[in-house]
Amino acid sequence: MRWTVEYLWLIPLLPLMAAGLSALTKRSGRAFAASLAIGAMGLALVLAGMAFAQAVLHPGRCSVNFPWMQMGDSWLKLGWVLDPLSAVLLLMVSFVGLLIFIYSLGYMAHDENFTRFFCFLSLFAAAMLGLAIANSLLLLFICWELVGLTSYLLIGFWFHKPSAAAAARKAFITTRIGDLAFLLGIVWLYARSGTLLFYDGGNGCLEQSGLAPLAARATGLGLAASTGIGLLIFCGAIGKSGQLPLHVWLPDAMEGPTPVSALIHAATMVAAGVFLVARVYPIMTPCLPVVAWVGAVTALFAASIAIAQTDIKRILAYSTVSQLGFMMLGLGVGGVAVGMFHLVTHAFFKSLLFLGAGSVIHGCRSEQDIRCLGGLRRFMPITFATYAVGMLALSGFPLLFSGFWSKDPILEAAHRWNASQGPFYLGLCAALLTAFYMTRQVFYVFYGRWRGHPARQDVNRPQDPHESPPIMTVPLMLLALLSILLGFIGTPAWPWFQAFLEGRPVGFDISGITQPQMLGLLALSSLIVLAGMALGYWLYGRKPLAGPGEPDALERFQPDLFGLLRNKYFVDEIYHWAFVSSTARWARLCDWLDEWVCRGMVELVGYAVVGLSWADRFFDEYVVNLGFDRLCRRLTEGGGLLSCLQDGRLQHYLRIMGVALASLILLLIWGCRLP
Amino acid sequence: MSSLHSYLITSALLFAIGLGGALTRRNAIIVLIGIELMLNAANLNFIAFWRFGPHPEALTGILFVLFSIGVAAAEAAVGLALIIAAHRHCKTTDVDELDSMKG
Repeated sequence: MRWTVEYLWLIPLLPLMAAGLSALTKRSGRAFAASLAIGAMGLALVLAGMAFAQAVLHPGRCSVNFPWMQMGDSWLKLGWVLDPLSAVLLLMVSFVGLLIFIYSLGYMAHDENFTRFFCFLSLFAAAMLGLAIANSLLLLFICWELVGLTSYLLIGFWFHKPSAAAAARKAFITTRIGDLAFLLGIVWLYARSGTLLFYDGGNGCLEQSGLAPLAARATGLGLAASTGIGLLIFCGAIGKSGQLPLHVWLPDAMEGPTPVSALIHAATMVAAGVFLVARVYPIMTPCLPVVAWVGAVTALFAASIAIAQTDIKRILAYSTVSQLGFMMLGLGVGGVAVGMFHLVTHAFFKSLLFLGAGSVIHGCRSEQDIRCLGGLRRFMPITFATYAVGMLALSGFPLLFSGFWSKDPILEAAHRWNASQGPFYLGLCAALLTAFYMTRQVFYVFYGRWRGHPARQDVNRPQDPHESPPIMTVPLMLLALLSILLGFIGTPAWPWFQAFLEGRPVGFDISGITQPQMLGLLALSSLIVLAGMALGYWLYGRKPLAGPGEPDALERFQPDLFGLLRNKYFVDEIYHWAFVSSTARWARLCDWLDEWVCRGMVELVGYAVVGLSWADRFFDEYVVNLGFDRLCRRLTEGGGLLSCLQDGRLQHYLRIMGVALASLILLLIWGCRLP
Repeated sequence: MSSLHSYLITSALLFAIGLGGALTRRNAIIVLIGIELMLNAANLNFIAFWRFGPHPEALTGILFVLFSIGVAAAEAAVGLALIIAAHRHCKTTDVDELDSMKG
């Protein structure tokens, strides 16, 4: 089975080739591009399944490295690695990716740039799969930037909408801030350890020989070098995973098509930051408290914003930010397995929710405002059922849903954390709010009565909101099934997933649940979830909204707080005031300098050159050329005179010949006489 | 005055008449006739010098002249053909107008 590892590179390469080929396809080659993308993704899924099986059957870590570039005396190496961590991400990305590709067939059916869409999607899948198997921080960074690029391209897919173009720019620039720090961290790590490979037979930067010099050296501020490097790399993760200071791009990214939001901005790409922290966990060890605090604060912060939003996708976006915070919290306090388990379950139920939201949007003529929806339970039964499963999984409804089993270890680990209990309470509050805002959303969208477009009712199209075609609902049902089942591979009684990641044997042990402390915690989190859902029902379920203009229940109750939340704590405005406007002013100043100083200098030089060349031309014409021209004219005249001799008349030639002959004879006779 | 001189004077006159015709007449055919006259003057010289030369018994002079007459016939044919071609091309046989080789 060694060849599974040898040929691991095929997994990202297949979608990459599909992307390249469909980039060359004409716009009309819709079926070709779609089947190419889906076929490549299907094959990648098969290969990823084989790699996963290999990782399960033969626990441990296999890596293949190859030299890439020579720098001085040392070779910069790249490589790929198959270990439980990469196998899990490979399988998750290719499976969710394939389902979302299929769903996109239905969702994007009416879009004229269908081919381009699948090209970008395949490119994204290739980069994300490459990120999963990278065994070098550099290769990981390359793929990291590629997913950033495809994210930009896909957020701005409908670039003729100014808001989409602006959102794409915002996403790109915001993540760039984190990526810059990430790059600095990479450079620093290379300078300190001399290798960027994670695992290299004992010489990698995550192995003992690479880590020891990092921890030993202290920098100027009294930090160990590994702390500084870890913090810088975590900045990259903050940018990509939308953690607190850099979370602003993720909600705006919802301007992209909904399958993109599901794939990139909910399930896979934003999880890359979490995956990065999990991947370089040995380096991150000194700065885990920072990771935990950032995650916990983000979880609560974003969950509270989600309460007051009215756009169906923005609510889910803030919920994604919040759940990513949970994952970071899990990594910070509990270890790789805790964070990664939530990553995987979240990928399934969040893509389910996004695809459900896409189905709603598709069926309701692109209406995204939840105040203008309502009562969809009757029109879209399958979407409603699957959405409810996703909502319960996200809220962490006890016992049956995966979100419960993955969120619970995070809270449990936070509870056991020695440093502080703060993240635990923040996480509890976030869990309460999560249950609350998801209940609010479901009641807004699926209960009550239909509140949308009375004016457009008389158009000759399907009047009421309609259920989506099977190509969209089947992926929903599959994802819903997995959102339930996936929880059971990581329960405290049978923690197979955690054991798989940590490489230890696992057995069924019911005492994992029945311990008093565990039982108490499970009960507490269930209580919190139920309380959140009950609150949501009390505010929104009893008396559904009558019309789109009516104020929110919470707004009537606490208008100031609601306004603060609706405006997202004015973070965007603060950033605009602090960074954007000053940058714009600076840019205008630079523009002015450019226009009047630099350009003036350039023009001056230009005029000087023109003047010089005038002088040069004058010299040429009246000094250099004058004598030469005259000589030429004389030569021409002389030639003209001589050519008169040859007038073309035979008799003239004969005459000259005769005269010459006669004079020669006379000369001869005279010469003979002379002696 | 020996008979050789009278022959030579005759041929000199013949040559002068031919040269005069070739130099002064405008018509290309007359020019050709003049050239033929000059050629025949030379032939007459050949015959005269052979007849009154040291070896009149050898037939050298008469043979030379026979060749010369053959060449003259060929030359006349070529010359006439050239004149006809020039006439077809330029619609004239006036040698003063055939000056397209002017430098």
